[in-house]
Amino acid sequence: MADTRKENLIDGATGPWEVIVGMEVHAQVLSNAKLFSGASAAFGGEPNSHVSLVDAAMPGMLPVINVECVKQAIRTGLGLKAQINRRSVFDRKNYFYPDLPQGYQISQFKFPIVGEGIVTVDLKDYSFDVGIERLHLEQDAGKSLHDQDPDHSYVDLNRSGVALMEIVSKPDIRSSEEAKAYITKLRTILRYLGTCDGNMEEGSLRADVNVSVRKQGAPLGTRCEIKNVNSIRFIGQAIEYEARRQIDVIEDGGTIKQETRLFDAKSGKTRSMRSKEEAHDYRYFPDPDLLPLEVSEAFVEDLKTVLPELPDEKRARFMSDYALSAYDAGVLISDRASADFYEAVARGRDPKLAANWMMGDFFAALNKTGKDITESPISAAQLGELIDLISSDVVSGRIAKEVFEIMLEKGGMPGEIVEERGLKQVTDTGAIEKVVDEIIAANPKQVEQVQTKPKTLGWFVGQVMRATGGKANPDAVNALLRQKLQVPEEV
Amino acid sequence: MSNTMSLNELTLSEARDKLRAKEITATELTEACLSAIEAGNDALKAYLVVTADKALEQAKRSDERLAKTSKDARALEGIPLGIKDLFCTDGIRTTAGSHILGNFEPPYESTVTQNLWDAGAVMLGKLNMDEFAMGSSTETSYYGQTVNPWRAKGSTENLVPGGSSGGSSSAVAAGLCMAATASDTGGSIRQPAAFTGTVGIKPTYGRCSRYGMVAFASSLDQAGPITRSIKDAALMLQAMASYDLKDSTSVDRPLPDLEKALTQKFKGLRIGVPKEYRVDGMSKEIEALWEKGIDIYRQAGAEIVDISLPHTHAALPAYYIVAPAEASSNLARYDGVRYGLRENGRDIVDMYEETRSHGFGAEVKRRILIGTYVLSAGYYDAYYLKAQKVRSLIKRDFDDAFETVDVVLTPTTPTPAFGLGSKKDADPVEMYLNDIFTVTVNMAGLPGLSVPGGLSAEGLPLGLQLIGKPFDEATVLRAGQVIEDAVGRMPIPDAWWAGAASKPAGKAKKKVEAADAPEKKAKRKK
Repeated sequence: MADTRKENLIDGATGPWEVIVGMEVHAQVLSNAKLFSGASAAFGGEPNSHVSLVDAAMPGMLPVINVECVKQAIRTGLGLKAQINRRSVFDRKNYFYPDLPQGYQISQFKFPIVGEGIVTVDLKDYSFDVGIERLHLEQDAGKSLHDQDPDHSYVDLNRSGVALMEIVSKPDIRSSEEAKAYITKLRTILRYLGTCDGNMEEGSLRADVNVSVRKQGAPLGTRCEIKNVNSIRFIGQAIEYEARRQIDVIEDGGTIKQETRLFDAKSGKTRSMRSKEEAHDYRYFPDPDLLPLEVSEAFVEDLKTVLPELPDEKRARFMSDYALSAYDAGVLISDRASADFYEAVARGRDPKLAANWMMGDFFAALNKTGKDITESPISAAQLGELIDLISSDVVSGRIAKEVFEIMLEKGGMPGEIVEERGLKQVTDTGAIEKVVDEIIAANPKQVEQVQTKPKTLGWFVGQVMRATGGKANPDAVNALLRQKLQVPEEV
Repeated sequence: MSNTMSLNELTLSEARDKLRAKEITATELTEACLSAIEAGNDALKAYLVVTADKALEQAKRSDERLAKTSKDARALEGIPLGIKDLFCTDGIRTTAGSHILGNFEPPYESTVTQNLWDAGAVMLGKLNMDEFAMGSSTETSYYGQTVNPWRAKGSTENLVPGGSSGGSSSAVAAGLCMAATASDTGGSIRQPAAFTGTVGIKPTYGRCSRYGMVAFASSLDQAGPITRSIKDAALMLQAMASYDLKDSTSVDRPLPDLEKALTQKFKGLRIGVPKEYRVDGMSKEIEALWEKGIDIYRQAGAEIVDISLPHTHAALPAYYIVAPAEASSNLARYDGVRYGLRENGRDIVDMYEETRSHGFGAEVKRRILIGTYVLSAGYYDAYYLKAQKVRSLIKRDFDDAFETVDVVLTPTTPTPAFGLGSKKDADPVEMYLNDIFTVTVNMAGLPGLSVPGGLSAEGLPLGLQLIGKPFDEATVLRAGQVIEDAVGRMPIPDAWWAGAASKPAGKAKKKVEAADAPEKKAKRKK
């Protein structure tokens, strides 16, 4: 691990502090059915409408592994460039809670399905690696509802038994920014793989964040675990607050107690939930209802061969195939739909121009309309044709923006819009020359000025463009003006 | 014993043959069983629930099938059975002998019982058992104590029917059903069978689905039948066993035709006699029984091989770590939240404590405590992990032994049935010692059979245990048949229990000629 970058250190009264972060991310497996029962794993639904006899832990009911969930975990492991363990074991984690019908959660403790892996995270100025410690499969719990009745609590078991992947990172993260970038990248990978929808509002992705602080070079400090943080922004806020809190405690002469804390989104603060002493003894032991999970090499290989292109590979390909910068490529591949859209636009066209249009007007339009790329009001075919018109000098960049706005509002193909509205660029030099001559004649003062200040040529360009309604070819206008006003080409 | 008997006193296979020969009807057979229950259950307390209407309805449908061609008759068509209350039965109260399940009526059927109904069997009711199958005398049931139909010569003292399947063993021994389902975690089929002069087989772990069986210790629990003959055990097991996708530990391995296997020649089989089972304090009587078994096999042309199972001594202590550990977790679901008993409390923790304090009996609580302790941080390695290692060693002992023998012969229990309440104030370990010869079999996941080997000096039945290779129930049953042929089937004791109860009104009991045991013995010698 490289030294922590200066900008990531936190200033305290006694000098700079380093913050050390590790995350346990719970990602809901995308699957039709739950991990050990045939009940639907769909989000929502009337309370207790997606509950099987197994989920409700009726007497004599037994878990049976859903192979699709195993495949999803292995796909994820492959996406994290991780060791796939051909033999893993399901354990029982025992504790009492009304939303945990069995009185234990089936999880993987000693022998997880996926071992060590790595995630490369890119920030604007640098990249860093986060080690993956492990990934294991486990059951989600149900939900207690305390606001339905003044005297009783209710339990909704729809989520009970839904498959989760717990993805545990090594403590390789050094700031809230890095933490946010890590979970964003992880989410991108999961979405590329189609193994988790990454929807944090619905709780299908949430994180337990372990935070400690230390002076650089000192041994690791005592960590606090912030439970169940459910948005990227909150993860950042929780780390910022918690690191500062710990620094203040230590600098005031106190010590950090190992404990579990909760993040309160309203106040932006973390507060103590339970101390290490109050921690449960989960009495883990192998679940005797399930045999050890064994997967063959062929099973893993089959999944590997049909694995989709992953974000890092796609970015590298975009950089080499389309000559994009690392940053541009990174933005375009940040989700699979954007990358696919970009490729549809860029194929056979100027890739840089396509990238600029997507990252500029196109993304701005999506933002403005609040739409996702999958429901974009402008198709790849439309944007592609517009770029064709620019490349073949049928319209200028300025007119193209106009056409884009029309497409956004009223629809239609760019070619037809240009045709109907007479927006075709004027490339006839005779017509342009006429306008140029008129403008030179009408502005003797500016003609005199341009001789000493060649940069003011731009003013003439603007005048000509305005007079032609923007349709004049800007290169032709430039060339003509330089020739007539005898302003030499800039070198 | 009189030379005429009620239909309910036939063996299952005899009844099957008579049903197919249209000598009797399923309705007559079912009515005979219901009459016997009515006459005897007050004294024996074998049944917790009697489903007379359902039984007669099923019997009627069986009679319709039996009236057609014999092809329409399924394997157990019209045979009335008792079901241990551990098996969940759709719409019929299932308690596992515990107060905590209250009036729980499962909306589903266990795979084992479903297999039996699919084979045409008739359900008489639910049989008493030790609470959650924890016990060796059926005295830990919340719903009263079942009594053994056997009594010592000249005594009126009530004896225990063994446990945990004491309702099953008592009902089968007294003729209150043609056969019963049971379950065996450490000996709960074989020990009650030995105490009541019946046959009990615990098949290889994975043979019978555990789906719908209230769990005690998942890695040890296995269903099996208690019957009045070896052939009945073969027929019952054939119907109960199946590979079931709903139980991940069930095994996809076809069961051979067990009834046919009984007729295959026995000569040349190698019988192992393990020296470690000659435990200190074993009674002369049990030792003599064992010798008698050995002699029967020698005479039948078997080869007797002295073997060693060196880790036998560690089996019982290891069992009492593994079984409670799993139980402590399996029983966590009885929390008062979703079904069964709920005792309200100030808050959720209080509700848990009230419900579980009132809902579980002392023996169950003891095992939950032991199990929780051995799984706790800091103790896991010393207890649970070590016990699992012992388990591997026991398994290996048997693997080695089965290199040179086909079946292992031991006594089933160290003593005959004891008096009801006689161990009330004893150290619980004394009760646990009942399982000393049987737990090894569960720890190794092997098939084990108890077959009556004779009577004690007091006139009480004693059992011999046969242990087989994994999935080789056929050989175990075939070996059991040799003992049964030599010793004869145990009779149904004189019905002292029916004396007090009022005779059922109406229907005249149909009598048939009794099978003559001595004649059978003679046949074998031909």
